Parts: sequence; structure tokens; C-alpha cells
Amino acid sequence: MRGKGLWQLGQSITRRLAHVDKRAISRRCFASESDLKKTVLYDLHVANGGKMVPFAGWSMPIQYKDSIMDSTLNCRENGSLFDVSHMCGLSLKGKDCIPFLEKLVIADVAGLAPGTGTLTIFTNEKGGAIDDSVIAKVTNEHIYLVVNAGCRDKDLAHIEEHMKSFTSKGGDVSWHIHDERSLLALQGPLAGPVLQHLTNEDLSKIYFNDFRMLDINGVPCYLTRTGYTGEDGFEISVPSENAVDLAKAILEKSEGKVRLTGLGARDSLRLEAGLCLYGNDMEQHITPIEAGLTWAVGKRRRVEGGFLGAEVILKQIEQGPSIRRVGLFSAGPPARGHSEIQDENGQNIGEITSGGFSPCLKKNIAMGYVKSGSHKAGTKVKIVVRGKSYDGSVTKMPFVPNKYYKRP
Amino acid sequence: MALRMWASSTANALKISTAASKSGLVSPAFSLSRCFSTVLEGFKYANSHEWVKHDGPVATIGITDHAQDHLGEVVFVELPEAGKPVTQGDSFGSVESVKATSDVNSPISGEVVEVNTKLSETPGLINTSPYEDGWMIKVKPSNPSELESLMGAKEYTKFCEEEDASH
Repeated sequence: MRGKGLWQLGQSITRRLAHVDKRAISRRCFASESDLKKTVLYDLHVANGGKMVPFAGWSMPIQYKDSIMDSTLNCRENGSLFDVSHMCGLSLKGKDCIPFLEKLVIADVAGLAPGTGTLTIFTNEKGGAIDDSVIAKVTNEHIYLVVNAGCRDKDLAHIEEHMKSFTSKGGDVSWHIHDERSLLALQGPLAGPVLQHLTNEDLSKIYFNDFRMLDINGVPCYLTRTGYTGEDGFEISVPSENAVDLAKAILEKSEGKVRLTGLGARDSLRLEAGLCLYGNDMEQHITPIEAGLTWAVGKRRRVEGGFLGAEVILKQIEQGPSIRRVGLFSAGPPARGHSEIQDENGQNIGEITSGGFSPCLKKNIAMGYVKSGSHKAGTKVKIVVRGKSYDGSVTKMPFVPNKYYKRP
Repeated sequence: MALRMWASSTANALKISTAASKSGLVSPAFSLSRCFSTVLEGFKYANSHEWVKHDGPVATIGITDHAQDHLGEVVFVELPEAGKPVTQGDSFGSVESVKATSDVNSPISGEVVEVNTKLSETPGLINTSPYEDGWMIKVKPSNPSELESLMGAKEYTKFCEEEDASH
């Protein structure tokens, strides 16, 4: 398998089909498709021409009628609406929910003002990343967070195990998994103006990473000004019975400019924004420091530690990691996951973790890990694709400037 | 073209669906539009979605309209050099779209006598003109009887319909 993007399953089968009995594989996939979970927006996706693919146990749209190229460009020009209901929303409650969460993540949760949030990483004992997550402090006794669909089971098991031990020692924390809610991501320059039609709250006072509980389209929602495209935008947690109406209202208020957008364009967008896809660009054995997320380790946490793997992570901050995530431009075919990265003399220095053709820049972009020393912007490298080596160079990320609505 | 037909993609090439999506409306024509891919008479087709046109001593090979449609915008094409042998059913190159990498298999065996160098500068020719400007290689067949094993236009059209219907 060459590619390992969001549609990795599709691609792996694409590759295998070249030589193997096509019918047998089709049948096998077909049987499993009936086991896939469907979000409440499934029928809306299909009615809008969504091409449904298996993703993390869910049947999700990889694209609609537009090409991935057009869809990506439209998000940056106008806006996109994504169904991200497969992701897992979770509330931690109790007067000790903050010290509890701080044992598991690198963020300074205590230091967050109520109504604000951040991207953070759940770490293991070795300092590796279990998952990335956007967390928000609702109040001092309530944290709302969203974890990846593909990591749901392991994340929940991990949190539960630590919660049991924490509460057995008298800590006050409990959880609620928001399976009664659906999650929509509205992204792009029209996200704010369109959503403003559907709420009385002044969205111009809600900045990047802020969190609010408010009525949208007449129903109580959780709103986080965040996303994973590099654009300004929102993630809206809405009661599932109201999700289809909200999606339709958003599309309608945008007069067709905001379009339903699938996982394909979502992957192009996050890659252009230089954001990690967990499972590709970040895994159990990669620390947040190696992944270039040192900024996400709260200042207080750097002094105090107190999270899983803190010794490893704090040491890496002090001494520098031995490998680092970098952005790359390259000639030739787009570099995909697992392509080898070499220095100019042909020596192995690392591996691509994800890559593709950038719809906005009209050239190949990729991210991967290289040995420290080869990580500086401008470093010339070779990238090996199907046995041939192509010129590449290390570059700063994001590839496409982000447009977050930051607090002035 | 080793393509997994995941979904009934018709996407960008079809004006009708693009126009409909811009208005944000559901297009009832969409479910029919998969039948609109062009299949030309006089060509032979492989079940991995390559075509071959054999007239005279040399056969021209490319990928079908149906294949380019499912792939989406082609951004890079990898081709062999002239003089290289190709074998029926084996990969001779690859096509990269925004979506995926796909092998291109040769529908017949023989020796490559010419490659379409325009594709290195303008890979999108495969989308805009899959049967003409977007041709990929010309081959001197070593075993012309292999052509018998390939599908004709009618058979290939039916093959595509069945493949789409099963996904």
C-alpha cells in the first residue's frame, strides 16, 4: 500500500486489486459495510451525492459531487460543512476533573479561563501520543473534549482506567459520553457570517478556541471556535435529533456557498494547514515534542510535570528530540506515507507520514520525520517514490497560512 | 487501471452535477450520471479500465473515461521509457490523483515504442481527453491474439455499469 491517507482502506484495496481476485475482495468489503455505523446525517449525505466509505467503523462521505480539488478550494474561498459525528464528545465533571485530566494531558488545564480551550495530547508512560484532542473548560468543574473516532475505544479505556484509580483515592470526577449528540464542523470565511444568522449570541466576541453553550437554530448546542482546516470556523455539538435541521439551515443560510465536504478534502485541508493526522503523523511511539507540538506543553507543566511520560517529554524539551516532524515540498509524484527521505548523499534520514498534492498551492506537499539537524527550513532532501528519488526541501508549516479568529 | 470503484463517483467531469452542487440542491440526475462516461467503439478494453486502440503495427494505450472520472484530477503520471517491455495485466506506470495512486496495467504485451511526453507537463490531459490527447504509451504488440481476450465497447459499458451497481 502506497498511500495511507484518510482513505487508506480504499487505497490499500486499490493497490491489491491489481493482482488479486476482485470479486472476492468486493464481497468481503460488502459484507462488512452493513456493520458500519451511520451518523444521523447519513441520508443527507447520500441525498447530496456523498460517496460513502468505511472510516473508523463508520460509513462516512469521502466526497460529494465536487472533486476533492474543488471542495478544498471552496472551503478556503467560501466554506465547508463537515459531518464529524463519528468523533467522540466527552464531558468530565466533578470538582477534581481538572487535576484528573492534567494527569493525562500536557496542557495547562487549570490555567485555562472558563469558556476557553486548546488542542492537547493524551500521552502514555513513555511520553508517546495516545491521541490528540481539543479540550475546553466549560467551568472549573466541567471539561468538554472531543477525541478521534479511530481512538475512541482505546482513549475511553485509558481514561476509565485512570478514573477508577483516581476516584478510589477519593477524587471527584465522572464522565458522560455524548452519544446523544452529533458534531458538525463549519469551516471557512463564511462560517462566522452564516452561523450568525442562526444565533442571537454575538459571534464576533467568541474567539479561536473559545467555548460556549448557546442556542443555535433554536436548540441548545456546544460551540467551539475551532476546526482542523486552518480556516476560521466552528465545531458545533448539537442534539442528534436536531442535527439534520441544523445542517440544512447552515447550507440554506449560505445560499449554497457553504458546501457539504467529505473526508477527502478534509485531509487535503488539514495537510495544507500543517496539522497532524493521528495514526499517520503522530502515533504511540511519537512524543508531542518530536511532533513539533512543544507549544502545547503548558509553561506550568514544564516546571511541574505530573502527566504520563513527563520525564521523557521534559527531557526532550531540554535537550531537543532526536527526530522532528517537518514539512516538505517535492518534485515528481506526490510523496505519500512511508516514502523514504534521504539526504543529498542518499543516506536515509527519515520517512514521510502523509502527503499529497496541494489543491491550493498546486504542488506536492508532505510531512514526515527527519533526524534532528536535517529539520531546518531550506534543507535539501531526496524523497524516494516507487524506487526513484526526487528532489525535495524542508519547509515551514503551515503550507497555507491559517486564518484563525484570534483574540486581539 | 487498478481502481477500486468505491462509490458511484462522477464528480468533476460532469457539468450537470457540478452545476447542481453549486446551487446546493440535490440533483436527481446524479444517480443516472454514472452512465454518461464515454466508451468508444473500435477500442478494446481491459477490466482494469485501460483501453487499447490497435490499427496498423502499433497499439495505443490509455485509461478510460470511466477510470479518469473515478480518479478525479490527475496530478502526476509515471510512464516507462521507450524500448521497455510491457506484459499483459502487469503494471507499466501509475497515475496520481489528489485522491489516490493507481497502477496502470498494460492490456497487451509488447515493447513500448513511444510515450506521451505531454503528460509530464499536463497530466490533466487524461481527464480532459482520455481517448485522444491523454493517451499514455504506444506499444508494438508481441502477441496480437491477446486482443481477443479484451472487451469490446458494449461489453465494457455493461462491465462498468455492473461494477458501479455493486458499490
